[in-house]
Parts: sequence; structure tokens; C-alpha cells
Amino acid sequence: MTAKVMTALISIVAGVGGALVLYYLLNKLAERLPGRWEDRIKPYVYILPAVAAIGLFLIYPAYQTIVYSFANRTSTEWVGLDNYQQLLTSEAFLQTLFNTLLWIVIVPTATVILGLAVAVLADRLRPRGEKLTKTIIFLPMAISMVGAATIWRFVYEARPAGQPQIGLQNAIVTALGFDPVVWLQQERFHLNSFWLMVILIWAQVGFSMVLLSAAVKGVPTETLEAARIDGANERQAFFRVVVPQIWPTVTVVFITVLIGVMKVFDVVYVMTNGNFNTNVIGLEFYNQLFTNGNAGFAAAIVVMLMVAIIPVMIYQVRQFRAQEAGR
Amino acid sequence: MTTVSQGPQPTPVPGPVTDRKTMGGRRRHLAGVGENAGKANWIVKAVLLTICFLWIVPVIGLFITSVREPDAANATGWWTVLKSPLDVTQWTLANYTEVATESNMFRAFINSFAITLPATLIPILIAAFAAYAFTFMQFKGRDVLFIVIVSLLVVPNQVALVPLLQLYGQFGLNGTFPAVWLAHIGFGMPLAIFILRSYMATLPKELIESAKVDGATHFTTFWRLVIPVSVPALASFAIFQFLWVWNDLLVALIFLGPGENEPMTVNLAGLIGQQGQGWQLITAGGFFTMVIPLIVFLSLQRFFIRGMVAGSVKG
Repeated sequence: MTAKVMTALISIVAGVGGALVLYYLLNKLAERLPGRWEDRIKPYVYILPAVAAIGLFLIYPAYQTIVYSFANRTSTEWVGLDNYQQLLTSEAFLQTLFNTLLWIVIVPTATVILGLAVAVLADRLRPRGEKLTKTIIFLPMAISMVGAATIWRFVYEARPAGQPQIGLQNAIVTALGFDPVVWLQQERFHLNSFWLMVILIWAQVGFSMVLLSAAVKGVPTETLEAARIDGANERQAFFRVVVPQIWPTVTVVFITVLIGVMKVFDVVYVMTNGNFNTNVIGLEFYNQLFTNGNAGFAAAIVVMLMVAIIPVMIYQVRQFRAQEAGR
Repeated sequence: MTTVSQGPQPTPVPGPVTDRKTMGGRRRHLAGVGENAGKANWIVKAVLLTICFLWIVPVIGLFITSVREPDAANATGWWTVLKSPLDVTQWTLANYTEVATESNMFRAFINSFAITLPATLIPILIAAFAAYAFTFMQFKGRDVLFIVIVSLLVVPNQVALVPLLQLYGQFGLNGTFPAVWLAHIGFGMPLAIFILRSYMATLPKELIESAKVDGATHFTTFWRLVIPVSVPALASFAIFQFLWVWNDLLVALIFLGPGENEPMTVNLAGLIGQQGQGWQLITAGGFFTMVIPLIVFLSLQRFFIRGMVAGSVKG
């Protein structure tokens, strides 16, 4: 135990101290260079360790993943497009893709709508009430997905009819006179996937609320007053004046949640491990890599994920450029 | 992905990519008093009360169950204690002792710290140097490199896992702390650079210029001037990265797996997966894993929110 704590502490000191010494020495070295060279070399000295970390732990592995996606399960032989072909013709994988699509459509939309609702409604409370409300809604963001899954597994717990229910949801259902339901096995209409999505929505609404609240508070009162003078009622004023002005923030929240949803893993892993037709690609990747020991399939799945994320990436870069231009 | 100021700090961390038109110049505080403050009618209050109730009750249920006697916890609903909350015989801390020792949750707690602290603190300095160069220095390829970093923000870290697993295998790193430290340092780097650069870009250029005129080198300017004023941004990133690593399951599962070096998330996932573990143990384990993040959240809410908001896009 103590050995571990010591290792961690030594690593912090060695890591931070080592980096500092490295920079200091490299900087000294650069300063010895003749004037013009010093200015040319120094920026690269400053960015080198960071760029090396990114190159080694993101760019190189991403490239390797693409390569592996064309190789067999142990990455020892080329198989061309076989991995993709086998995955995309497998009924189970197509179901997994469909489930992921459901997550992508439902979770970001629900998160935005709920977050906006809380933001707008809480704005009408007195400051203390508003702060308390927001703290409660935001709290789940601090909790890990495994922790959140634990919380909700307990809510969804099902006991056979006749026994006392200890899961909240079934307790309510049985109290109303219905039979208890095994929520996580409700494959009909993908209802069980929906119960899993609730967990992610529960965890993310706080984030959505914080961003949208700031945007709503930023809408100039003059524009609202002008609309009211022109005879708009509250609903019209909200949808025609407030919503258009906060739309860019809505997009930002939507995309952010979307990226998180595309690679969702923990929740499904802990709740059902993909059984009862709840599989998603984030989990399928893990199961192919570990349970199935097929690095080729795992890599091909990640490549598909990457391709799906490219449009988001382009959007991100465009937004960044626009923002820089406005600086 | 956004520029929002949630706190009273004068210079907020401008997060990733946002439309300046929406937010710029009209920043108000998170709980700032709007023109609508205090206008809530009973419907609004009832709706908000219901939502808050739905949000917090599952957490309360988890906590109450974790301090109940095992038999009671698995036989009756946790809400039944509300009938006689003062009956002290039903409360116990034995579940926590049991989960900490027999399920090795205490070992996992130490491991979580051993994993999280280096993975949080080491990247900060490295990212700060890079962010300084990207903000205040001119060099060839600067803009292209930075665009690459911006686009890497959204890349899910699954892309790196298969090759890293094999690379680590060659060096015998799998199952060791350095494997996860290095992975988290790499995965967190684009975000760290991005947050810090966005912040540094808001610092007045004249300040840096005048330091130069006074004969300060870049190293001195960085160390004596830029780092001290960038503390809010450094803190935001540190908190975000701390929680991200602490709450991470996937990276730990792949590079460490269950066993001697597992963090709390892996331990808890294992606990849930085992058949026949009583709810009193699972809930105690669950709440134990949340204690540190909740303390961080409640004590550093301001920084926490800014870090979360700036970093939520992390892939």
C-alpha cells in the first residue's frame, strides 16, 4: 500500500521535475545558439514534448488502427476488406449499429430539450433557489458512469411478483397494481435500450443546462421587449426571439453530447454487457478486442467510428477558424 | 466547446470553439439575477421540484441502502426506513468495512489516487509550455499544427487502444501504472493545450511585449509572468483531468484489468458483475467510488464547471 503511494508520489515529482529540468536544459541550449537560430529553434523546443506525446499516443496509434483493420485477428496477416465485410453482413453487428443510431438520435435531443427546460424555468426562481436547483441537476456530472450505472441498476432492480420490490421503479409499478417488469430485458421496441439511455441523459442534462442557461441569460432584454410590444405572447417570444439567438449554443451542446454518445461504453458494459439486444459499438469494440480476442474486428469498428466522427471534426475546425478570425 | 463564464472570475476560460456572437461581451454569472428572477409561479416550481426529485432520489436511495443492515437492505425497499429514521439499530457502517477489505475497495481507492495524480499533474507543465509557444511565439507550421490539435479534440481514445496494447506488450508495460499514466497524458494533451492556449490568448499582448523590452527571456516570461496569471485555467484543466481519469473505466480495464492494480471503477464493475453480491455491498462500493469526485465537485464547483464545460468534448 505504502509502496504504491510512494511510487505515485515519486512519479509526480520525477515527472513534473524531470519535465522542468528538460525544458530548462533545452532552453539553455537554445539560448547558446546564435541570435537568429535561437528564435527559430526555441518554439519547437517548447512544443516538442507535447507534440511527441500526441504523436505517440494518438496519431501513431490511430494510423496503426487503420492498418490493423485490414489484418486478421492477431494482426499477423493481411485480409483486405474482410473484417469490414464480415461485420457489415453480420445480423448482430447491424443490430448493434442500429442501437447506436437510436442512442445518437435520442440522447442528444433529450439532453438539449431537458437542459433548456431547466435553464429557462430555473431562471425564474430567486437566485438561491436557482443555484440549488442547478447544483442538484449538475451533480451527476461528477459521478462516474460505473457509479451512475450502479445507482440506476438499483432503481431498475426487479423481483418476482409477490415479493417485496426493492427497486424504486418496480415498487411504484406494483404499488399501482401492475406486475413487476424486468426493465433491462424489455427488448420490445428497444425499451431496454431506452432505460439505459435514461442514465446517460440523467448524467448529461446538467452540462446542457449550464451552457444553455448562460446563453439564455445572454439574450438581450431589448429584443424580448420589442417582441412583446409587437404583441408576441410568451411562447412566441421564446420560440421566435430566444431560440434563434441561442441556437449556436444548442448546436454546441448537441454535438458535444453526440460525441460522448457515439463512443458510449461504461453504461452498457455494466448494465447488460450488450445482452438482450442492447449492444452498442463502443462496447462491441471492447468485446471484440478482449472477449473475442479479435484485434482486426476491433480495429475495423474503431475505424467506422472515426469515419462517423469526421463531419464533427470538420465542423469543429470550421468553428475554430471562425472564432480565430473574430479575435 | 464553448465560451461561457460560469463564475465571477474576470477572465473566463474560453473553451473550445464557439460562436462568439452568442456569448461574447454579454457574460452574466451562472446564478446571476436575470430580469425573470423571482417570477416563478407554482407550476414552474412544481415542475422544477419534480425534476430535482427525480435527479436526486436515486442517489439518496443508493446512500441509504449502503448504510442498512444486509438482510433488511435486500428484503425491503430503502424508502421503508423513512417510517422510522431514528431507529438506530437499522443503520450500520459494516458494509463499508466489508467492501473496503474483503472486496479490496480500499486497495482500489489507493490505486485510483496512484493512477490519477500523476496522470493529472504531469501533463499540465508540458501543455503549458506548448500553449505558450502556440500563443506568443512565431514559427513555421504553427497554425497547421494547432488545427490538428483542435481536430484531435473530438477523436475518441478508442482509436489508440489496440496499437497501444501491443506496443505496451513489447515493453512489458501492460498491467502497470505507467501504462495508464502515459495513455492519459497523451489522451489529455490536446485538450490541455487547447484550454491553456484559449486562456493565454486573452492575456494582453502588451504585457508580454513589455517583459521582452525589459530584457526578459521567453523562459522567464513564461515562468514568472504567464504561469502565475494562468492559474485559473490550469486549475480548470487539472480538475477536469482528475475527474476524467478517476472516473475512467475503459482505459483502466484495458491496460490494468481487474486485480492488484485495479482502480475503483474496475473494482466496482467487477462487484456488480459477480452473482450473489448483496445490494448493501454494491451500494456501499458505489458510494465509496463517488466520495472523492463529490467532494471535488461540492468544494470546487466553480472551477469544476468551467473545466467540465471546456473539456466535455474530449474524445
